[in-house]
Amino acid sequence: MTDKEGWISRSAPVMVVTVAIFILWYVATFFLNAPFQKDTYLRAKNTSWTTSQLVADTMSQKRPVMPAPHQVVSEIYKTTVLKKITSKRSLIYHSGITLSSTLVGFLIGTVLGVLLAVGIVHSCTLDKSLMPWVITSQTIPILAVAPMIIVVLYAIGIEGLLPKAFISAYLSFFPITVGMVKGFRSPRVIHLDLMRTYSASRWQVFWKLRWPSSLPYLFASMKIAIAIAMVGAIVGELPTGAVAGLGARLLAGSYYGQTVQIWSALIMAAFLAGSLVALVGVANRYVDKHMGVRP
Amino acid sequence: MTNVIETKDLSLTFETNDGPVHALSGIDLDVAEGEFVSFIGPSGCGKTTLLRVIADLETPTAGSIMVDGLSAREARLARAYGYVFQAAALYPWRTIARNVELPLEVMGLDKAERQARIKKNLELVDLTGFEKKFPWQLSGGMQQRASIARALAVDPDILLMDEPFGALDEIVRDHLNEQLLKLWDKTKKTVVFVTHSIPEAVFLSTRIVVMSPRPGRIHDIIKSTLPRDRTLDIRETPEFLELSHRVREGLREGHSYDG
Repeated sequence: MTDKEGWISRSAPVMVVTVAIFILWYVATFFLNAPFQKDTYLRAKNTSWTTSQLVADTMSQKRPVMPAPHQVVSEIYKTTVLKKITSKRSLIYHSGITLSSTLVGFLIGTVLGVLLAVGIVHSCTLDKSLMPWVITSQTIPILAVAPMIIVVLYAIGIEGLLPKAFISAYLSFFPITVGMVKGFRSPRVIHLDLMRTYSASRWQVFWKLRWPSSLPYLFASMKIAIAIAMVGAIVGELPTGAVAGLGARLLAGSYYGQTVQIWSALIMAAFLAGSLVALVGVANRYVDKHMGVRP
Repeated sequence: MTNVIETKDLSLTFETNDGPVHALSGIDLDVAEGEFVSFIGPSGCGKTTLLRVIADLETPTAGSIMVDGLSAREARLARAYGYVFQAAALYPWRTIARNVELPLEVMGLDKAERQARIKKNLELVDLTGFEKKFPWQLSGGMQQRASIARALAVDPDILLMDEPFGALDEIVRDHLNEQLLKLWDKTKKTVVFVTHSIPEAVFLSTRIVVMSPRPGRIHDIIKSTLPRDRTLDIRETPEFLELSHRVREGLREGHSYDG
């Protein structure tokens, strides 16, 4: 076998873990759904069931405790490929709703996070007065704050995408601020001294030294921020009884016991978050290349 | 000749948790225009601190200092000196040309002037053709040459060098010493050079300031008898060995070997 790029050796571990997860999932499906299935046989006075029939039946219940992987996959296929994007039952439509508030929230959070970090690094007073609040803001459970943010914003006439985006921003600014404070303080003393010998102004030091030094921190923080921005967007959809978005799908699924629908929304959310993180990674590599980072 | 650097009874005491540390004590030193002065001494003798005081990177606690006819702070604001650090301290995200351009951007020079100075100074340190390389793609000696080009790009009257070749191997160091002398001859700058190598100090300097520790002070100032135009071969001459001997004696008298 030829494996010039090391593709097989790199993807093999991932494959092994994936297969292991699927096996565990199927085993769990059987054990979690078996009691209900046996109950069903009992009520139907069916005493002649075989083990293989039981296994097959646990994998194809309509409202299983734990849907089997293939049920979730086929549900995702049905609601993405087979439905028009404009349909209220299209998972792509719902993903799009959540994705847009995720991205807007992430953008607001990133800008806010960077601005806060700039302030904290340049002003001792802000460092002392702001940082405790920044940390406190994250100790409050978002599930408790989210409904209030929605209600308060609704009262002043803001509804739709923005309230959800604010919740995303509320969660995602934090890693950015913490990361960028560290990033802006990362230049070596010798590099700062050099700027001092040039009598550089604060802004020159910022743009020519602190900002480029902080970029590795920015990308690391953005990877965390974009994933939790998605969590924020979904959480923001729950308390409003929203009719659209992945959060709404989760909520509707749980009202009607549609576990397959819940799981397909969950998997979709995980896939989207993973893709967004990967996208930040791509941007990171692009910037690295332009900044001459040693490959 | 006029003095470019003058210090009178200069002292610097650092307050630490273990009590005050007398980094510099009673430093009286004049450096004339066009001189090549080396500070030599063991670690802790304050040679780097003295250089940093001249550069206004440290503030003395007593005494006075004049740089280029101004206070040290004014001289820094007027960009009267170029500083070469122990490490090349190139910004890793900038190419060599862009690193040399850094002080020129800070100074607010226009693009044509910046390009002209980059070209001229990279030529001076023999780095033409490496403009587009990133620092990690260059050897340690080349990186330090780039940092010298960066210091010269400002076109300062004074060049302050803090053990610039300390981290390099001896072969590269010899080569750079020779190049530095040529550069000094060509540019007519005043150079203040910190080192802990006796041959380096003797080979390069017109005057050697021997310093001793605890408190950091000037023990002796030795005027070089060597001609201004030197090659590495001069290190084999009796005159060179005699000067080296005097520096070594000075260091010994200053109890420099105790530490």
